Amino acid sequence: MSDGAALLGPALGLSAILFSLGVAGVLLRRNAIVLFMCIELMLNAVNLSFVALAQLHGAGGYVMVFFVMTVAAAEAAVGLAIILAIFRHKQSVDLQNINLLRG
Amino acid sequence: MTQTVFYLFAAFAVVSASLCILQRNPVSAALWLVSTMFSLAAIYVLLGAQFIAAIQVLVYAGAIMVLFLFVIMLLNLGHASSDFRGPSVVAGTLVIGGLLLVELFALWRYSPNRLAAEVAQSPAYNDPALLFAAGELSRQEAAGRGVVGAVAAPLFQTYLVPFEITSILLLVAIIGAVVLAKRSI
Repeated sequence: MSDGAALLGPALGLSAILFSLGVAGVLLRRNAIVLFMCIELMLNAVNLSFVALAQLHGAGGYVMVFFVMTVAAAEAAVGLAIILAIFRHKQSVDLQNINLLRG
Repeated sequence: MTQTVFYLFAAFAVVSASLCILQRNPVSAALWLVSTMFSLAAIYVLLGAQFIAAIQVLVYAGAIMVLFLFVIMLLNLGHASSDFRGPSVVAGTLVIGGLLLVELFALWRYSPNRLAAEVAQSPAYNDPALLFAAGELSRQEAAGRGVVGAVAAPLFQTYLVPFEITSILLLVAIIGAVVLAKRSI
């Protein structure tokens, strides 16, 4: 058993803490860009648990991290373009002002 | 030694992430997120994933966060006023976040032995070395072909089709970002 396998539990716990912080940030903030950063934080927490479990289950976990990073990059590019378009329309990125779809 | 360094970087990651969600200024929030990602990269090295640590720094801290900072500065949000939600939402967040944390914190107690016992439920597999032979195998492979080779082999063999589909995803993202950012919409 390698040295890193002893860190499995603590790594999963750290991943849980970071994910909860990301959720708290999404609920607390109104700034759309900070919200996106909190989503990145949650994706990072998930990556950490993938890496921790990859020590036991083989390199497939590393490949999943690779895919999650690709999706995060695509999401950041499209999301920030949407935020730019909204800012041009509303002059604000405050989520309280973005209520176009509210019935 | 490894344990000590792990807890050091873990504490740094948690503090940086908390500051990231509590900073009023979006630029400081972004910089604290970068510091979280750097400590996560250090933890990846401790867990034996050097290649993932390298692309964490290159892609996340290097590319994605620079994109965020560009947009923050482009929109001139550097001196935003307070954007926290009201006290009722804060209370709700504390409840939901606390519940989630308690739920997920049970993961802390997982050791390879316990995971083996729970996954297999059979005493024959109670030896984690047997159940997790895949991890040991890939570690030996990494020792033989290098860290990058051990990641590249499953990426281009088992997961070849998902890898190719990723290129379509990136193409869609590029086109989508260009179309959305055009002025005429």
